[in-house]
Amino acid sequence: MRTCDIAVIGGGPAGMAAAVAAHDAGIKDILIIERDEGLGGILRQCIHNGFGLHRFGEELTGPEYADRYKKMVIEREIPYVVKTMVLDITKSDGGDHIVTAMNSESGVFHINAKAVVLAMGCRERSRGQLNIPGDRPAGVYSAGTAQRFMNINGEMPGKNVVILGSGDIGLIMARRMTLEGANVKMVCELMPYSGGLNRNIVQCLHDFNIPLKLSHTVSKIHGKERVEGVTVSEVDEHLRVIPEKSEYVECDTLLLSCGLLPENELTKSAGIPLDRITGGAVVNQNRRTEDKGVYSCGNVLHVHDLVDYVSEEAELAGRSAAEYVLAGKKEPECIKTVNVHNAGAVRYTVPQVVDIYKEPKDIKIYFRVGAVLNNATITVKCGEKTLLSKKKRKVAPGEMEFVLLTEKMLGEVDSDIIVSAEN
Amino acid sequence: MNIGEKREMICINCPIGCLLTAEMTGEGIKVSGNTCPRGEKYAIAEITHPTRTLTTTVKVANRDDTYLPVKTAEPISKEKLFEAMETLNSVEVNAPVKIGDVVFSRVCGEADVVATGNVD
Ligand code: SF4
Repeated sequence: MRTCDIAVIGGGPAGMAAAVAAHDAGIKDILIIERDEGLGGILRQCIHNGFGLHRFGEELTGPEYADRYKKMVIEREIPYVVKTMVLDITKSDGGDHIVTAMNSESGVFHINAKAVVLAMGCRERSRGQLNIPGDRPAGVYSAGTAQRFMNINGEMPGKNVVILGSGDIGLIMARRMTLEGANVKMVCELMPYSGGLNRNIVQCLHDFNIPLKLSHTVSKIHGKERVEGVTVSEVDEHLRVIPEKSEYVECDTLLLSCGLLPENELTKSAGIPLDRITGGAVVNQNRRTEDKGVYSCGNVLHVHDLVDYVSEEAELAGRSAAEYVLAGKKEPECIKTVNVHNAGAVRYTVPQVVDIYKEPKDIKIYFRVGAVLNNATITVKCGEKTLLSKKKRKVAPGEMEFVLLTEKMLGEVDSDIIVSAEN
Repeated sequence: MNIGEKREMICINCPIGCLLTAEMTGEGIKVSGNTCPRGEKYAIAEITHPTRTLTTTVKVANRDDTYLPVKTAEPISKEKLFEAMETLNSVEVNAPVKIGDVVFSRVCGEADVVATGNVD
Protein backbone atom coordinates (compact mmCIF):
# COMPACT_ATOMS: atom_id res chain seq x y z
CA MET A 1 0.00 0.00 0.00
CA ARG A 2 1.11 3.50 -0.71
CA THR A 3 2.00 5.40 2.47
CA CYS A 4 2.47 9.03 3.47
CA ASP A 5 2.87 11.03 6.63
CA ILE A 6 0.02 13.43 5.95
CA ALA A 7 -2.79 13.08 3.44
CA VAL A 8 -4.59 16.33 2.65
CA ILE A 9 -8.07 15.88 1.20
CA GLY A 10 -8.82 18.82 -1.06
CA GLY A 11 -6.53 21.12 -3.05
CA GLY A 12 -8.35 24.41 -2.56
CA PRO A 13 -7.07 27.27 -0.42
CA ALA A 14 -7.40 25.26 2.79
CA GLY A 15 -5.70 22.13 1.50
CA MET A 16 -2.81 24.02 -0.08
CA ALA A 17 -2.19 26.16 3.01
CA ALA A 18 -2.34 23.12 5.29
CA ALA A 19 0.14 21.23 3.13
CA VAL A 20 2.53 24.19 2.94
CA ALA A 21 2.43 24.69 6.71
CA ALA A 22 2.94 20.98 7.39
CA HIS A 23 5.91 21.01 5.03
CA ASP A 24 7.41 24.05 6.71
CA ALA A 25 6.96 22.38 10.09
CA GLY A 26 9.22 19.53 8.94
CA ILE A 27 7.04 16.92 7.22
CA LYS A 28 8.02 16.26 3.62
CA ASP A 29 5.97 13.17 2.89
CA ILE A 30 2.63 14.77 2.08
CA LEU A 31 0.00 14.02 -0.54
CA ILE A 32 -2.71 16.48 -1.59
CA ILE A 33 -5.70 14.80 -3.20
CA GLU A 34 -7.89 17.04 -5.38
CA ARG A 35 -11.12 16.15 -7.17
CA ASP A 36 -11.04 18.92 -9.80
CA GLU A 37 -8.64 19.36 -12.73
CA GLY A 38 -6.19 21.54 -10.88
CA LEU A 39 -5.34 23.07 -7.53
CA GLY A 40 -7.21 26.18 -6.43
CA GLY A 41 -10.72 25.03 -5.57
CA ILE A 42 -13.54 27.51 -5.81
CA LEU A 43 -11.12 30.46 -6.09
CA ARG A 44 -10.62 29.56 -9.73
CA GLN A 45 -14.04 30.98 -10.55
CA CYS A 46 -13.97 33.88 -8.07
CA ILE A 47 -12.49 36.39 -10.49
CA HIS A 48 -13.49 39.40 -8.35
CA ASN A 49 -11.00 41.05 -6.05
CA GLY A 50 -10.90 41.46 -2.29
CA PHE A 51 -8.84 38.41 -1.40
CA GLY A 52 -5.55 38.49 0.43
CA LEU A 53 -5.62 41.80 2.29
CA HIS A 54 -4.86 40.09 5.59
CA ARG A 55 -2.59 37.39 4.21
CA PHE A 56 -0.53 39.29 1.66
CA GLY A 57 -1.32 42.92 2.48
CA GLU A 58 -2.67 43.52 -1.01
CA GLU A 59 -5.92 43.07 -2.79
CA LEU A 60 -5.94 40.05 -5.09
CA THR A 61 -8.52 38.30 -7.21
CA GLY A 62 -9.44 34.68 -6.46
CA PRO A 63 -7.25 33.13 -9.18
CA GLU A 64 -4.30 35.28 -8.09
CA TYR A 65 -4.72 34.27 -4.46
CA ALA A 66 -4.90 30.59 -5.44
CA ASP A 67 -1.81 31.00 -7.60
CA ARG A 68 0.22 32.32 -4.68
CA TYR A 69 -0.46 29.13 -2.76
CA LYS A 70 -0.04 26.90 -5.77
CA LYS A 71 3.43 28.39 -6.25
CA MET A 72 4.28 27.62 -2.63
CA VAL A 73 3.14 24.01 -3.14
CA ILE A 74 5.23 23.67 -6.30
CA GLU A 75 8.32 25.38 -4.83
CA ARG A 76 8.28 22.88 -1.97
CA GLU A 77 7.70 20.01 -4.39
CA ILE A 78 4.73 18.82 -2.36
CA PRO A 79 3.17 15.92 -4.27
CA TYR A 80 -0.43 16.26 -5.38
CA VAL A 81 -2.87 14.29 -7.48
CA VAL A 82 -5.82 15.84 -9.32
CA LYS A 83 -9.03 14.39 -10.80
CA THR A 84 -9.01 12.03 -7.86
CA MET A 85 -11.98 11.36 -5.63
CA VAL A 86 -11.58 10.25 -2.04
CA LEU A 87 -14.19 7.61 -1.30
CA ASP A 88 -13.53 6.68 2.26
CA ILE A 89 -11.36 7.23 5.32
CA THR A 90 -11.02 4.41 7.83
CA LYS A 91 -8.79 3.64 10.79
CA SER A 92 -5.98 1.16 10.42
CA ASP A 93 -4.97 -1.29 13.13
CA GLY A 94 -1.80 0.65 13.83
CA GLY A 95 -3.69 3.87 14.65
CA ASP A 96 -3.10 5.37 11.21
CA HIS A 97 -5.79 6.12 8.68
CA ILE A 98 -6.42 4.52 5.35
CA VAL A 99 -7.64 6.84 2.64
CA THR A 100 -9.40 5.10 -0.23
CA ALA A 101 -9.41 7.10 -3.43
CA MET A 102 -10.14 6.62 -7.10
CA ASN A 103 -9.06 8.07 -10.42
CA SER A 104 -9.12 7.03 -14.04
CA GLU A 105 -5.40 6.20 -14.07
CA SER A 106 -5.09 3.95 -11.03
CA GLY A 107 -8.68 2.90 -10.40
CA VAL A 108 -9.35 2.44 -6.70
CA PHE A 109 -6.28 2.70 -4.47
CA HIS A 110 -5.43 3.02 -0.79
CA ILE A 111 -3.04 5.29 1.06
CA ASN A 112 -1.92 4.70 4.61
CA ALA A 113 -1.50 8.09 6.30
CA LYS A 114 -0.25 8.89 9.79
CA ALA A 115 -2.40 12.01 9.82
CA VAL A 116 -5.20 13.29 7.62
CA VAL A 117 -6.23 16.90 7.01
CA LEU A 118 -9.82 17.34 5.84
CA ALA A 119 -10.08 20.34 3.51
CA MET A 120 -12.98 19.51 1.21
CA GLY A 121 -14.62 22.94 1.34
CA CYS A 122 -18.32 23.58 1.09
CA ARG A 123 -21.13 23.61 -1.42
CA GLU A 124 -24.20 25.72 -1.92
CA ARG A 125 -27.58 24.94 -0.48
CA SER A 126 -29.62 23.63 -3.41
CA ARG A 127 -33.18 24.40 -4.41
CA GLY A 128 -34.38 21.10 -2.98
CA GLN A 129 -33.23 22.24 0.42
CA LEU A 130 -35.08 25.53 -0.03
CA ASN A 131 -38.51 24.23 -0.92
CA ILE A 132 -39.93 26.81 -3.34
CA PRO A 133 -43.19 25.63 -4.87
CA GLY A 134 -43.78 25.73 -8.60
CA ASP A 135 -42.60 23.92 -11.71
CA ARG A 136 -39.00 23.04 -12.35
CA PRO A 137 -38.30 25.16 -15.41
CA ALA A 138 -34.80 25.89 -16.71
CA GLY A 139 -33.26 29.12 -15.53
CA VAL A 140 -32.95 28.38 -11.82
CA TYR A 141 -29.31 28.21 -10.80
CA SER A 142 -27.29 28.43 -7.67
CA ALA A 143 -25.21 31.61 -7.69
CA GLY A 144 -22.03 29.55 -7.75
CA THR A 145 -23.16 27.60 -10.80
CA ALA A 146 -23.96 30.85 -12.58
CA GLN A 147 -20.53 32.11 -11.57
CA ARG A 148 -18.88 29.08 -13.14
CA PHE A 149 -20.93 29.46 -16.35
CA MET A 150 -19.86 33.06 -16.72
CA ASN A 151 -16.31 33.10 -15.50
CA ILE A 152 -15.03 29.73 -16.68
CA ASN A 153 -17.27 28.91 -19.67
CA GLY A 154 -18.00 32.47 -20.79
CA GLU A 155 -21.77 31.90 -20.96
CA MET A 156 -24.49 34.25 -19.74
CA PRO A 157 -27.08 32.40 -17.66
CA GLY A 158 -29.87 34.88 -18.50
CA LYS A 159 -30.96 38.47 -19.14
CA ASN A 160 -33.56 39.37 -16.50
CA VAL A 161 -32.55 38.18 -13.13
CA VAL A 162 -33.95 37.88 -9.62
CA ILE A 163 -31.61 36.74 -6.90
CA LEU A 164 -32.90 34.99 -3.81
CA GLY A 165 -30.57 35.21 -0.85
CA SER A 166 -28.04 37.90 -0.08
CA GLY A 167 -25.05 35.64 0.45
CA ASP A 168 -21.79 37.02 -0.86
CA ILE A 169 -21.76 34.93 -4.03
CA GLY A 170 -25.24 36.22 -4.90
CA LEU A 171 -24.14 39.83 -4.37
CA ILE A 172 -21.00 39.33 -6.43
CA MET A 173 -23.08 37.76 -9.21
CA ALA A 174 -25.56 40.68 -9.13
CA ARG A 175 -22.68 42.99 -10.05
CA ARG A 176 -21.07 40.59 -12.48
CA MET A 177 -24.28 40.02 -14.45
CA THR A 178 -25.15 43.72 -14.42
CA LEU A 179 -21.76 44.60 -15.85
CA GLU A 180 -22.26 41.99 -18.55
CA GLY A 181 -25.53 43.64 -19.55
CA ALA A 182 -28.16 41.72 -17.60
CA ASN A 183 -30.99 43.44 -15.76
CA VAL A 184 -30.75 42.34 -12.16
CA LYS A 185 -34.12 43.35 -10.80
CA MET A 186 -33.68 42.70 -7.11
CA VAL A 187 -32.06 40.66 -4.41
CA CYS A 188 -34.55 39.16 -1.94
CA GLU A 189 -33.45 38.19 1.53
CA LEU A 190 -35.71 36.17 3.81
CA MET A 191 -34.09 37.50 6.96
CA PRO A 192 -34.34 41.12 8.13
CA TYR A 193 -30.57 41.46 7.59
CA SER A 194 -28.19 40.56 4.81
CA GLY A 195 -26.15 37.40 4.87
CA GLY A 196 -23.30 39.00 2.95
CA LEU A 197 -20.52 41.40 3.79
CA ASN A 198 -21.38 45.09 4.00
CA ARG A 199 -18.74 45.95 1.45
CA ASN A 200 -20.42 43.69 -1.07
CA ILE A 201 -23.79 45.30 -0.50
CA VAL A 202 -22.20 48.66 -1.24
CA GLN A 203 -20.06 47.79 -4.23
CA CYS A 204 -22.34 45.18 -5.80
CA LEU A 205 -25.85 46.52 -5.11
CA HIS A 206 -25.73 50.23 -4.17
CA ASP A 207 -23.25 51.00 -6.95
CA PHE A 208 -25.75 49.72 -9.51
CA ASN A 209 -28.99 50.72 -7.78
CA ILE A 210 -30.08 47.12 -7.34
CA PRO A 211 -32.70 46.94 -4.59
CA LEU A 212 -32.09 44.66 -1.62
CA LYS A 213 -35.46 43.54 -0.30
CA LEU A 214 -35.03 42.37 3.26
CA SER A 215 -37.71 40.12 4.79
CA HIS A 216 -38.75 39.04 1.28
CA THR A 217 -38.69 35.67 -0.38
CA VAL A 218 -39.62 34.00 -3.64
CA SER A 219 -42.87 32.18 -2.93
CA LYS A 220 -43.47 30.75 -6.40
CA ILE A 221 -41.61 30.14 -9.63
CA HIS A 222 -43.63 30.58 -12.82
CA GLY A 223 -42.93 29.10 -16.26
CA LYS A 224 -42.99 25.66 -17.84
CA GLU A 225 -39.88 25.23 -20.00
CA ARG A 226 -38.02 28.30 -18.87
CA VAL A 227 -38.56 30.65 -15.92
CA GLU A 228 -41.02 33.41 -16.90
CA GLY A 229 -41.34 35.10 -13.57
CA VAL A 230 -41.44 34.69 -9.83
CA THR A 231 -43.78 35.73 -7.06
CA VAL A 232 -41.90 37.82 -4.53
CA SER A 233 -43.54 38.04 -1.11
CA GLU A 234 -42.86 39.84 2.08
CA VAL A 235 -42.57 37.64 5.17
CA ASP A 236 -43.69 38.32 8.73
CA GLU A 237 -41.52 38.07 11.83
CA HIS A 238 -42.01 34.29 11.85
CA LEU A 239 -40.69 34.23 8.27
CA ARG A 240 -44.13 33.25 6.94
CA VAL A 241 -45.21 34.58 3.55
CA ILE A 242 -47.77 37.41 3.70
CA PRO A 243 -49.97 36.61 0.66
CA GLU A 244 -51.41 40.16 0.44
CA LYS A 245 -47.90 41.54 0.16
CA SER A 246 -46.86 39.64 -2.94
CA GLU A 247 -45.97 40.79 -6.41
CA TYR A 248 -45.24 39.12 -9.71
CA VAL A 249 -41.80 39.89 -11.11
CA GLU A 250 -40.99 38.96 -14.68
CA CYS A 251 -37.60 37.31 -15.12
CA ASP A 252 -35.93 34.52 -17.06
CA THR A 253 -33.41 33.61 -14.40
CA LEU A 254 -33.54 32.99 -10.68
CA LEU A 255 -30.25 32.73 -8.83
CA LEU A 256 -30.17 31.16 -5.41
CA SER A 257 -27.61 32.34 -2.93
CA CYS A 258 -28.94 30.97 0.30
CA GLY A 259 -25.89 29.91 2.15
CA LEU A 260 -23.17 27.34 2.03
CA LEU A 261 -22.92 23.96 3.66
CA PRO A 262 -19.66 22.25 4.62
CA GLU A 263 -19.17 19.13 2.56
CA ASN A 264 -18.74 16.48 5.23
CA GLU A 265 -19.96 13.20 3.75
CA LEU A 266 -16.46 11.75 4.19
CA THR A 267 -16.19 13.01 7.73
CA LYS A 268 -19.57 11.55 8.61
CA SER A 269 -18.85 8.16 7.09
CA ALA A 270 -15.57 8.09 9.03
CA GLY A 271 -17.68 8.33 12.18
CA ILE A 272 -16.27 11.72 13.21
CA PRO A 273 -18.72 13.77 15.33
CA LEU A 274 -20.10 16.93 13.71
CA ASP A 275 -21.37 20.19 15.20
CA ARG A 276 -25.10 20.56 14.54
CA ILE A 277 -24.83 24.29 13.84
CA THR A 278 -21.64 24.58 11.77
CA GLY A 279 -22.21 21.30 9.92
CA GLY A 280 -18.47 20.70 10.33
CA ALA A 281 -16.50 18.49 12.68
CA VAL A 282 -16.17 19.22 16.37
CA VAL A 283 -12.54 20.28 16.86
CA ASN A 284 -10.11 21.48 19.49
CA GLN A 285 -7.97 24.58 19.11
CA ASN A 286 -5.53 22.75 16.83
CA ARG A 287 -8.43 21.82 14.54
CA ARG A 288 -8.07 18.19 15.54
CA THR A 289 -11.34 16.32 15.25
CA GLU A 290 -12.53 13.83 17.87
CA ASP A 291 -10.67 11.21 15.83
CA LYS A 292 -6.98 11.35 16.79
CA GLY A 293 -4.79 12.12 13.79
CA VAL A 294 -7.58 13.69 11.75
CA TYR A 295 -7.67 17.47 11.37
CA SER A 296 -10.22 19.68 9.67
CA CYS A 297 -9.92 23.23 8.35
CA GLY A 298 -11.40 25.81 6.03
CA ASN A 299 -14.97 25.78 4.80
CA VAL A 300 -15.41 22.09 5.49
CA LEU A 301 -15.09 22.96 9.16
CA HIS A 302 -17.23 26.08 9.18
CA VAL A 303 -18.09 28.55 6.45
CA HIS A 304 -15.66 31.47 6.50
CA ASP A 305 -16.35 34.86 4.96
CA LEU A 306 -12.73 35.41 4.06
CA VAL A 307 -10.30 33.13 2.34
CA ASP A 308 -7.57 34.80 4.37
CA TYR A 309 -9.07 33.23 7.48
CA VAL A 310 -9.33 29.91 5.69
CA SER A 311 -5.60 29.99 5.00
CA GLU A 312 -4.81 30.96 8.56
CA GLU A 313 -6.90 28.14 9.97
CA ALA A 314 -5.51 25.65 7.49
CA GLU A 315 -1.95 26.57 8.45
CA LEU A 316 -2.81 25.87 12.05
CA ALA A 317 -4.30 22.48 11.13
CA GLY A 318 -1.37 21.58 8.88
CA ARG A 319 1.20 22.59 11.50
CA SER A 320 -0.65 20.67 14.20
CA ALA A 321 -0.82 17.54 12.04
CA ALA A 322 2.92 17.86 11.37
CA GLU A 323 3.74 18.24 15.06
CA TYR A 324 1.63 15.20 15.83
CA VAL A 325 3.48 13.09 13.28
CA LEU A 326 6.91 14.43 14.32
CA ALA A 327 6.17 13.62 17.97
CA GLY A 328 5.59 9.99 17.01
CA LYS A 329 1.83 10.38 16.72
CA LYS A 330 1.47 12.13 20.05
CA GLU A 331 -0.42 15.24 21.02
CA PRO A 332 0.97 17.89 23.36
CA GLU A 333 0.65 16.99 27.04
CA CYS A 334 -2.83 17.97 28.16
CA ILE A 335 -3.91 18.84 31.71
CA LYS A 336 -7.61 19.06 31.07
CA THR A 337 -10.18 19.36 28.33
CA VAL A 338 -13.03 21.87 28.51
CA ASN A 339 -15.95 22.60 26.21
CA VAL A 340 -16.76 25.99 24.73
CA HIS A 341 -20.43 26.99 25.05
CA ASN A 342 -22.44 29.74 23.34
CA ALA A 343 -24.57 32.31 25.11
CA GLY A 344 -26.58 35.37 24.09
CA ALA A 345 -26.51 35.95 20.37
CA VAL A 346 -23.54 33.61 19.75
CA ARG A 347 -24.65 30.73 17.52
CA TYR A 348 -21.51 28.68 17.40
CA THR A 349 -17.84 28.71 18.21
CA VAL A 350 -14.82 27.08 16.61
CA PRO A 351 -13.14 25.41 18.38
CA GLN A 352 -15.87 23.73 20.36
CA VAL A 353 -13.32 22.06 22.63
CA VAL A 354 -10.19 23.46 24.27
CA ASP A 355 -7.40 21.25 25.52
CA ILE A 356 -5.47 23.01 28.24
CA TYR A 357 -1.90 22.01 27.52
CA LYS A 358 0.92 21.96 30.00
CA GLU A 359 2.48 24.68 27.89
CA PRO A 360 -0.50 26.64 26.62
CA LYS A 361 -0.39 28.88 23.56
CA ASP A 362 -2.74 31.76 22.67
CA ILE A 363 -6.01 30.58 21.15
CA LYS A 364 -8.40 32.39 18.85
CA ILE A 365 -12.01 31.38 19.32
CA TYR A 366 -14.05 32.21 16.24
CA PHE A 367 -17.78 32.72 16.47
CA ARG A 368 -20.82 33.92 14.61
CA VAL A 369 -23.90 35.62 15.99
CA GLY A 370 -27.51 34.90 15.03
CA ALA A 371 -28.76 38.50 14.95
CA VAL A 372 -27.44 41.99 14.31
CA LEU A 373 -26.27 43.68 17.53
CA ASN A 374 -25.25 47.30 17.85
CA ASN A 375 -22.80 48.21 20.59
CA ALA A 376 -22.40 44.59 21.53
CA THR A 377 -20.54 43.41 24.60
CA ILE A 378 -18.57 40.28 23.95
CA THR A 379 -17.52 38.32 27.02
CA VAL A 380 -15.67 35.12 27.68
CA LYS A 381 -16.34 33.51 31.02
CA CYS A 382 -15.12 30.47 32.86
CA GLY A 383 -17.46 29.73 35.76
CA GLU A 384 -17.81 33.04 37.61
CA LYS A 385 -14.56 34.41 36.24
CA THR A 386 -14.65 36.84 33.35
CA LEU A 387 -11.62 36.13 31.20
CA LEU A 388 -12.32 38.85 28.68
CA SER A 389 -14.87 41.51 27.90
CA LYS A 390 -14.86 43.84 24.92
CA LYS A 391 -17.18 46.21 23.11
CA LYS A 392 -17.90 46.06 19.43
CA ARG A 393 -19.78 48.74 17.51
CA LYS A 394 -21.61 46.18 15.44
CA VAL A 395 -21.72 42.42 15.10
CA ALA A 396 -23.73 40.73 12.35
CA PRO A 397 -24.46 37.16 11.22
CA GLY A 398 -22.63 37.78 7.96
CA GLU A 399 -19.34 38.53 9.67
CA MET A 400 -17.20 36.09 11.59
CA GLU A 401 -15.76 37.41 14.84
CA PHE A 402 -13.09 36.12 17.16
CA VAL A 403 -11.80 36.52 20.69
CA LEU A 404 -8.20 35.92 21.63
CA LEU A 405 -7.55 33.85 24.74
CA THR A 406 -4.00 34.46 25.88
CA GLU A 407 -1.71 31.96 27.54
CA LYS A 408 -2.33 33.77 30.80
CA MET A 409 -6.12 33.52 30.53
CA LEU A 410 -5.86 29.84 29.66
CA GLY A 411 -3.88 29.35 32.86
CA GLU A 412 -7.00 30.42 34.76
CA VAL A 413 -9.36 28.05 32.97
CA ASP A 414 -10.61 25.31 35.28
CA SER A 415 -14.03 24.58 33.78
CA ASP A 416 -16.04 25.08 30.60
CA ILE A 417 -15.70 28.35 28.69
CA ILE A 418 -18.73 30.44 27.74
CA VAL A 419 -18.60 32.94 24.88
CA SER A 420 -21.43 35.43 24.73
CA ALA A 421 -22.45 38.52 22.77
CA GLU A 422 -25.14 40.78 24.20
CA ASN A 423 -26.58 44.19 23.55
CA MET B 1 -21.26 68.80 -0.35
CA ASN B 2 -21.94 72.00 1.54
CA ILE B 3 -20.15 73.02 4.68
CA GLY B 4 -21.67 71.24 7.66
CA GLU B 5 -23.14 68.51 5.51
CA LYS B 6 -22.51 64.94 6.65
CA ARG B 7 -22.53 61.69 4.75
CA GLU B 8 -22.38 58.16 6.12
CA MET B 9 -20.87 55.37 4.10
CA ILE B 10 -19.41 51.93 4.46
CA CYS B 11 -15.75 51.55 3.64
CA ILE B 12 -15.32 48.86 1.00
CA ASN B 13 -11.55 48.68 1.21
CA CYS B 14 -11.52 45.62 3.37
CA PRO B 15 -14.07 43.17 4.68
CA ILE B 16 -14.29 44.84 8.08
CA GLY B 17 -16.56 47.39 6.41
CA CYS B 18 -16.18 50.31 8.85
CA LEU B 19 -19.09 52.72 9.01
CA LEU B 20 -17.57 56.07 8.06
CA THR B 21 -18.91 59.57 8.52
CA ALA B 22 -17.59 62.26 6.23
CA GLU B 23 -18.25 65.85 7.18
CA MET B 24 -17.58 68.86 5.03
CA THR B 25 -15.86 71.52 7.10
CA GLY B 26 -14.24 74.85 6.31
CA GLU B 27 -10.87 73.06 6.13
CA GLY B 28 -12.07 70.26 3.87
CA ILE B 29 -13.57 66.82 4.37
CA LYS B 30 -13.25 65.34 7.85
CA VAL B 31 -13.63 61.58 8.19
CA SER B 32 -14.47 59.61 11.31
CA GLY B 33 -15.31 55.99 12.05
CA ASN B 34 -12.38 54.59 10.10
CA THR B 35 -10.12 52.04 11.76
CA CYS B 36 -7.22 52.67 9.43
CA PRO B 37 -5.99 55.45 7.13
CA ARG B 38 -7.34 53.72 4.04
CA GLY B 39 -10.84 54.48 5.28
CA GLU B 40 -10.15 58.20 5.28
CA LYS B 41 -8.76 58.08 1.77
CA TYR B 42 -11.75 56.09 0.63
CA ALA B 43 -14.31 58.49 2.09
CA ILE B 44 -12.65 61.49 0.47
CA ALA B 45 -12.44 59.68 -2.87
CA GLU B 46 -16.10 58.64 -2.66
CA ILE B 47 -17.07 62.27 -2.39
CA THR B 48 -14.62 63.74 -4.85
CA HIS B 49 -13.94 60.99 -7.40
CA PRO B 50 -15.24 57.46 -6.71
CA THR B 51 -13.25 54.65 -8.32
CA ARG B 52 -13.55 50.87 -8.54
CA THR B 53 -11.34 48.05 -9.69
CA LEU B 54 -13.01 46.24 -12.57
CA THR B 55 -12.69 42.47 -12.89
CA THR B 56 -14.00 40.49 -15.84
CA THR B 57 -12.86 37.90 -18.40
CA VAL B 58 -11.59 38.08 -21.96
CA LYS B 59 -11.63 35.37 -24.60
CA VAL B 60 -8.49 33.37 -25.34
CA ALA B 61 -8.45 33.26 -29.14
CA ASN B 62 -6.13 30.30 -29.63
CA ARG B 63 -7.68 27.96 -27.03
CA ASP B 64 -11.14 26.43 -27.34
CA ASP B 65 -13.75 27.77 -24.92
CA THR B 66 -11.19 29.35 -22.67
CA TYR B 67 -11.58 32.63 -20.86
CA LEU B 68 -8.91 34.55 -19.05
CA PRO B 69 -9.74 36.43 -15.84
CA VAL B 70 -8.48 40.03 -15.90
CA LYS B 71 -8.60 43.18 -13.78
CA THR B 72 -7.76 46.83 -14.11
CA ALA B 73 -4.31 47.27 -12.58
CA GLU B 74 -5.64 50.32 -10.74
CA PRO B 75 -9.16 51.39 -9.87
CA ILE B 76 -10.90 53.35 -12.63
CA SER B 77 -13.64 55.99 -12.42
CA LYS B 78 -16.86 54.40 -11.26
CA GLU B 79 -18.87 55.94 -14.06
CA LYS B 80 -16.55 54.37 -16.67
CA LEU B 81 -17.18 50.76 -15.60
CA PHE B 82 -19.70 50.03 -18.35
CA GLU B 83 -17.62 51.71 -21.03
CA ALA B 84 -14.64 49.61 -19.96
CA MET B 85 -16.75 46.45 -20.09
CA GLU B 86 -17.83 47.26 -23.61
CA THR B 87 -14.24 47.69 -24.72
CA LEU B 88 -13.08 44.52 -23.01
CA ASN B 89 -15.92 42.41 -24.40
CA SER B 90 -14.31 42.61 -27.84
CA VAL B 91 -10.75 42.02 -26.64
CA GLU B 92 -9.18 38.63 -27.32
CA VAL B 93 -5.78 37.44 -26.19
CA ASN B 94 -3.47 34.66 -27.26
CA ALA B 95 -2.10 32.04 -24.90
CA PRO B 96 0.33 31.52 -23.32
CA VAL B 97 -0.45 34.30 -20.94
CA LYS B 98 0.43 34.61 -17.29
CA ILE B 99 -0.64 36.59 -14.25
CA GLY B 100 0.36 40.23 -14.53
CA ASP B 101 0.64 40.32 -18.34
CA VAL B 102 -0.94 43.45 -19.78
CA VAL B 103 -3.77 42.37 -22.09
CA PHE B 104 -5.07 45.85 -22.89
CA SER B 105 -3.38 49.13 -22.26
CA ARG B 106 -5.12 52.05 -20.66
CA VAL B 107 -8.77 51.09 -20.85
CA CYS B 108 -10.89 54.30 -21.02
CA GLY B 109 -7.55 56.08 -20.89
CA GLU B 110 -7.24 55.25 -17.21
CA ALA B 111 -5.58 51.97 -16.33
CA ASP B 112 -3.97 48.90 -17.87
CA VAL B 113 -5.89 45.66 -17.85
CA VAL B 114 -3.82 42.73 -16.63
CA ALA B 115 -4.27 38.96 -16.55
CA THR B 116 -5.18 37.48 -13.16
CA GLY B 117 -4.89 33.89 -14.30
CA ASN B 118 -2.47 31.73 -16.28
CA VAL B 119 -3.25 29.96 -19.56
CA ASP B 120 -0.41 27.74 -20.83
S1 SF4 C 1 -11.31 51.91 7.39
FE1 SF4 C 1 -9.62 50.47 7.19
S2 SF4 C 1 -10.24 48.79 8.54
FE2 SF4 C 1 -12.10 49.98 8.17
S3 SF4 C 1 -13.07 48.97 6.40
FE3 SF4 C 1 -11.78 50.62 5.61
S4 SF4 C 1 -9.86 49.61 5.12
FE4 SF4 C 1 -10.97 48.24 6.50
